[in-house]
Amino acid sequence: MEYYLSLFIRSIFIDNMALAFFLGMCTFLAISKKVQAAIGLGIAVIVVLTITVPVNNLIYNYLLADGALAWAGLPDMDLSFLGLLSYIGVIAAIVQIMEMFLDKFVPALYNALGVFLPLITVNCAILGASLFMVERDYNFVESMVFGAGSGVGWALAIVALAGIRERLKYSDVPDGLEGLGITFIIVGLMSLGFMSFGGIDI
Amino acid sequence: MESVKETLTGPIFKNNPIALQILGICSALAVTSSLQVTLVMCVALTVVTAFSGMFVSVIRNHIPGSIRIIVQMVIIASLVIVVDQFLKAYAYAISKQLSVFVGLIITNCIVMGRAEAFAMKNPPLASFIDGIGNGLGYSVVLIVVAVIRELFGAGKLMGFEILPLVTDGGWYNPNGLLLLPPSAFFLIGLFIWALRSFHKEQEEAPDFKMAKHTPVREGV
Repeated sequence: MEYYLSLFIRSIFIDNMALAFFLGMCTFLAISKKVQAAIGLGIAVIVVLTITVPVNNLIYNYLLADGALAWAGLPDMDLSFLGLLSYIGVIAAIVQIMEMFLDKFVPALYNALGVFLPLITVNCAILGASLFMVERDYNFVESMVFGAGSGVGWALAIVALAGIRERLKYSDVPDGLEGLGITFIIVGLMSLGFMSFGGIDI
Repeated sequence: MESVKETLTGPIFKNNPIALQILGICSALAVTSSLQVTLVMCVALTVVTAFSGMFVSVIRNHIPGSIRIIVQMVIIASLVIVVDQFLKAYAYAISKQLSVFVGLIITNCIVMGRAEAFAMKNPPLASFIDGIGNGLGYSVVLIVVAVIRELFGAGKLMGFEILPLVTDGGWYNPNGLLLLPPSAFFLIGLFIWALRSFHKEQEEAPDFKMAKHTPVREGV
């Protein structure tokens, strides 16, 4: 139990998806002008990550990994090169299914998340988490914890950035730095701040 | 001929994918701590962007609108798998260093963005050239950032010593911060600032302007 808790905390703060691995940067910079929108997107990312990482873990371990097809009588089969194609397919499919499910059963949440859901398919944080899961050889439970943790970390980062940018509107920034330039520098400072979690060992 | 040149060189400074279109930033930040890895990444991305543009453009009239994203995704993912396997076979050490970022070319918004915005509306050859142009625009930013980070962070370029380090009996005291993640953000931020100082039309308008100073009336 303690191990999973430590993995969870690690993936939120120390290995933060956005600030330590630069994943999901495009959406991170584009949708961080308002806190409200940032919260919506953050929640959507948490949900999608918590579902897709474990699902991709099952697909990798039972279909793609070297010798994984032993149960089907094909012990020499190594399909791991198909990984990229399958993960992105799974992600696109799950996002689509979730969109339809929410539309039918939880229309309030669907309206709140509506515009952000399709954006999530091309968010590299989602695919990145699945690839990290394969690279670090997580098992099913670990991948679930890791998925949720990375989602929370990413959401935390985007909400924090949106908060800063809302205040920043009122400050007098040099002309060429206005907008994108200053945002980059702020994210750099935030990333510097998150690095201070690096020494924590739980 | 003029338009070919425009398609090829436009994205490098005038319409740079990273600095202006805000596309493909994730990998721009993550792979730039050493120049060699960066060059491999640039070539990989340019190849994928160019060929995905071409293939999407070839079948653009046969793709139903509602599933076009998935079709583009499959084309891009297949190309990335080819690149990934190629790197694993011929440059294993670099492919290990790039770790997940080769795979992440799939979700790199430059590739998707150009497929969607350019290749769906233009003939194959033009899309191919547009892909190369955008790949070059991306490469320019990455190479500048990587040169600064590796040269001043480790005193080396492509692994060769340029500035002899204090620890090896030289005179240069390396700036370790440049090898850490935050410096990539700072450098790209400053690069955008520099670029926009030359191309004034790229500046963004502020949401609020500071009011003019009104002099205080004396002795009311």
